[in-house]
Parts: sequence; structure tokens; C-alpha cells
Amino acid sequence: MEMTEARSGMTSAEAAPTNVEQILRLYIAGQTPRSVKAFANLKRLCEEHLKGRYRIEVIDLIQNPQLAAGDQILAVPTLVRLLPEPVRKIIGDLSNTDRVLVGLDVRPAP
Amino acid sequence: MANSDTGGHDLRTVTRLPKSPTGIEGFDQITGGGLPTGRASLVCGSAGCGKTLFAMSFLVNGATRFDEPGVFMSFEESADELAKNVASLGFDLSTLIEKKKLVLDHVRVERSEIEETGDYDLEGLFVRLGFAIDSIGARRVVLDTIESLFSGLLNQSILRAELRRLFRWLKDRGVTAVITGERGEGSLTRQGLEEYVSDAVILLDHRVTAQVSTRRLRIVKYRGSPHGTNEYPFLIDEDGMAVLPITSLGLDHAARTERISSGVDRLDTMLGGQGYFRGSTILVSGTAGAGKSSLGAHFVHAACRRGERCLVFLFEESPQQVVRNMRSIGIDLQPWIDRGLLEYHAARPALHGLEMHLSQMYRAIERFQPNVAILDPVSSLLSVAATADVRATLTRLVDLLKTRGITALMTSLSHGRAETEQTDVEISSIVDTWLLLVTLESNGERNRGLYVLKSRGMGHSNQIREFLLTDHGIELVDVYAGSGGVLTGTARVTQQAQERAAEVAQQQEIERKERTLARLRAALEAELASLRAKFEAEQADLATSLEEERERIARLRDDRKSLAQIRRADTSEDRPKRSDERPVDKRRADKR
Repeated sequence: MEMTEARSGMTSAEAAPTNVEQILRLYIAGQTPRSVKAFANLKRLCEEHLKGRYRIEVIDLIQNPQLAAGDQILAVPTLVRLLPEPVRKIIGDLSNTDRVLVGLDVRPAP
Repeated sequence: MANSDTGGHDLRTVTRLPKSPTGIEGFDQITGGGLPTGRASLVCGSAGCGKTLFAMSFLVNGATRFDEPGVFMSFEESADELAKNVASLGFDLSTLIEKKKLVLDHVRVERSEIEETGDYDLEGLFVRLGFAIDSIGARRVVLDTIESLFSGLLNQSILRAELRRLFRWLKDRGVTAVITGERGEGSLTRQGLEEYVSDAVILLDHRVTAQVSTRRLRIVKYRGSPHGTNEYPFLIDEDGMAVLPITSLGLDHAARTERISSGVDRLDTMLGGQGYFRGSTILVSGTAGAGKSSLGAHFVHAACRRGERCLVFLFEESPQQVVRNMRSIGIDLQPWIDRGLLEYHAARPALHGLEMHLSQMYRAIERFQPNVAILDPVSSLLSVAATADVRATLTRLVDLLKTRGITALMTSLSHGRAETEQTDVEISSIVDTWLLLVTLESNGERNRGLYVLKSRGMGHSNQIREFLLTDHGIELVDVYAGSGGVLTGTARVTQQAQERAAEVAQQQEIERKERTLARLRAALEAELASLRAKFEAEQADLATSLEEERERIARLRDDRKSLAQIRRADTSEDRPKRSDERPVDKRRADKR
């Protein structure tokens, strides 16, 4: 499936503890099964716990290799939370949801 | 054709392993050309021993001298820190980066930032590296120090698998890579990188013994190539890194026959008439104040006058002091310094380790390219190292000098009043010529003497000469070896005066005798003259009286005859003869 920017609508009804939008950037290196899996995991997680408060950007390093240096990307896939600060990096296919949430400092939705 | 296909290799032509030169002085020599091309080499050592510098030198030299751009991937220092650290060594990284000869990439791995959630690989690193290599067409890569990844990432098995993949990837790319690693406790590197990178392994060491630190390099492994296996000292200074290789300890120097003057004429005479062999090593030993440095100064002066370059290594005095001291014996070295023919290097022995001294001297020799080298005094190196070490170092240095045909003069201080035939540094067997400055004590004085203990390859004098430091240089004077023993100093002067006086007296004696002879001759001649005169007088007298006598006899006869005639006597004369002729008639007639 084509991965493009995905946005969610903002609904004030789902106010979470922090009202800040999470800007998330997923770095992949080509459409490998692992990358696909990571994106799927991410999408699911965001819908579940960050409904309406997230923005996912996907960077393919094969297409944009120069970005690997700029953002200090080593491992693939890497999820970088740009906002809110501090910047967090989560590497792996994001299959461990709990750890991702801890990494993003997000309280799991009830 | 099945026949010709042997996997693409004709086994008869075995190609030698191609090597990439590092440009590091001495290193390319001991490896026979540098690091293996297209392979990864491991450089390991403890903190601060020069791994990063080695790797950076490899890249910078590759970019500037061998037209091979390079990528430096740093896992510890940032690009700015790196640039600053190597700027003091003369590496201008920013210019190289601008010219697209070098790429500096800093990979920051922060444990606190990272959360590991599931499976991953390090493709990001590969992408970065690949991009950097492609952007400038790099042929050389440095990863410094990849072990930082181990502290940043938890999953060791993924890490190790990826490292294996990385080194294969590097090989596929055909770049020559240098990987640095921190020294481990029981292994070469802390994380065991030597498992993956095993084409060449170089170990750097930085140890401190007796308060002096020395840096050493050792090639632990070099697959496919013969290499020196010893530890080589190296140094890092403002010109970068330099390894001191052990030059031909194989005793294979050319033997020269050209002779050069020692600077003291009579010394040249003592050395077979012509002086030292070019490229030989001379040792001058003696007690303090004997004049060893002065001999060295004479040699330097003579060499500079011939237009040759001289390099002097001082271990005890400053150059200014030496120049001033030599002026007092009439040698002015300042003009040679000004003209660039003479250079001084002064360093206290305790300044750094022995290998560092040797490396510094090696460097200086390479740079200055002298014809003559002086080491003054080598015995002071004993204050920083054991005799055996100093001897080994000096052997290497002598070797280096001989290989280059540099004539070397070393001075050595010998202790004690008895000058034994063994110098403190025990190098007497290495040198070709050994001049010994001794003290000759007599009559309450100490005078200096010099003699040639040995001089290989030439006939030399076995006489001691008295060694004088005058204000117009060194003078060698004959000693007097007489019944009173060897005379030097004032005793010699006295003896000389005495001999001169004796000569004068002898001369006077001769003159006196000659005068006597002349006088006798004159007397004799006078006597002869008077005798002759007397004789002539007598002769005249006798002649006169003889004449008178004859006349008297003649007159007497006449008288008798006339008397007889008067008497008509018939003298026997008148009696007629019984022959026809009557001579008497005639006579009678005559008589009438």
C-alpha cells in the first residue's frame, strides 16, 4: 500500500491529558516487510491512543539519503517524535506497543 | 571452453596484494606499501594512543597526496571537535571538505533518546555511508570508533550481525577502510571487532616507563603480506604522525673511500694522512672539559667551509652557549647558522623517551638532509634509560646514518680518572674511529693528550699528542718521550728550551773550533814563509861564494901558467908529443 501523509481531524471531544499534537516521523529504507509492518503498527497505535493528536510523516531514506545524516538516523525503521520536545527516537518495527507508548511518553488510552 | 576456465585465475600469475599508501612516515615502509586495498583494517589501542589520528592521517593523505577522497564517519567526536583536534597537526579539514575531497559525518548515538521496540536493522547507517561515499566518489573510509554503537544500542545480536554485514558491504564497495577499536582487557578490542575485521590488525600502544612515555606501534596481523613484526616507536608532533622503522639492521651499507678532514691538520695526519672516511662514525671520549665538543666544532667548521650541511644534536648545552664557547677557541659558527648550513637541535635527555629522541632525530635528519651529524654527548642519554637500551638506540641511529652516508661524530663523557678502554655507553665496537682524550699528569699539572685508539680501514698513528686549546683553535703538539717519561705542559716547554739552548751552545762550539783552526793555519803559513826567505838568502850567499871560489881557482891557474912560462919550465903540458901534430905548439904560440 502506498504510504502517504496521514492526517486525522481534530475533534475537541477527544481531549487527552496533553493537548499537544504529536509530530511523528517514520524513517524507512525502502518498502521492506519490516517497514510495512512498522507503519501498520504505528497507524494502529496512533488511532488507538493518540486519536486526533498526531501527524505522521514517512521518510524513505532510499529516496532521500541525505536526511539520514541530518536527523542522525542509524537504525531502520526509526520513529522520531519531533514534537513535543524532547526529541525521542524509537527504533524497531514498533511491535512492542507498550514500549512505544513509554517512548512517546503517552499514557495509554483507557 | 571448460579447459580455459579455472575460475578466472591463471594460477601461474600470482598477483601481489595491492596496498594503499597511508602517507604516514615509516608506516608504509614497514608494511611494504600501506594498508590492504579494498579491505578493512583494524587499528586498536587504549584511549589517547593515536587511533583517530592514524585514521585521519590515512584519509587526509589519501585526499591530498594520492587522489583518493575519503569519508570519516565519527561515532565519538563531532565534526567541529575533530577539525580542531587535527588542525594543530597541519590538517585543514574544512578546505578538503569544500573541495569535496573529504566528508565528515558524525553519528550520534544517545542511549537516553532511544527506545528499542522490536526488530530493526542498521540500514540507516548503510544509507548514510553509501550516500557519503557516492557524494565525493570516496575510495577510503574510516569508522571511528564503531564500538560506540555497542554502548548506544541494546540488542547486541542485531548489532553484531549488522557489523558483519557492514564489513562485507564495505568490501563489496571496494573501499579501503580503517576501523578503530578500543583496547580490550583480554582481547585486542573491547567488543571483539577483530572477529570481523581480520585482514590487517594494527596495535597502538602508549606506555609510561620510568616517568617517560613512549608510543609504539605493532602490526599484529597482515593477511597475505610479509610485515615487520616488531614494535616500532612512533611520534606525533606538529607535522603529524611518524613511525620510526628499523632501517637496514642487515648491515648492508656501501663502504665509501672518500676522506674528509677532521678540521685539525695534525689530526688528519694521525689518521693515515687524510682524515675520516666519509660516512663513518667517530667517537670522541674523554673526561669533563677534555675538549670533546671543541673537536666536534672543528669538524663542523671544516665541513661548512666545504659547503656541506651539518646537523648538531645537543643534550646538555644550548646552541647559543656552544657558539659562544667555540668563539673562545677562534671558531665562529654563527655565519654557518645564518647561511643555513648548520642547524642545532637541543633537548634535555629527560624531555622524552629514548624512542622519541630517536624519532625526533630521524625526522630532523630527513628534513635537513645533512652530510655531517654531531651528537654531543650521547652519554647523557644514560640518564633516562638503561645502558642496553641506549646502546640499542644508538645502534639504530648509527645504522640510519650509515645508510645515508652521513658522517657522524659522537662525544661521550667517561667518568673516573682511569680512562678505561670501554665507554660508558659501550658503543665502542660500533664506531669506526675512536679518539680518546686523556689527561697526562706530571709535575703537578694536568695536561690533555689525544690519541687514536682505533680507526678502521686506515693506518693511524699510535702516538699520544699533547692536545692544546688555544685561542686560535686546537693544536696538537708532539709530546716528549724521553728518559724522564712523557713530558707535557711546562715540562715539555722546559725541555724544549733546554734543547734549544743546547743547540745554540753546540753551534758556538763549532764556530770556536773553526776559528782555532784558521789561526793555526795562519801561524803555519807565516812560519813557512820565513823559512823560505831564510833559505833563499842562504842560497844566494852560497851561490856568490861559489862563484868567487871558481874565479879564484881560475886565476890561480893562470898565474901558475904564466909563472911557468917565465921560468921556461916544461910543464907537463909543454912536452912534445910523438904525433905529427904538436898541439903544444899551438898552445905555445898562444902563450906568447
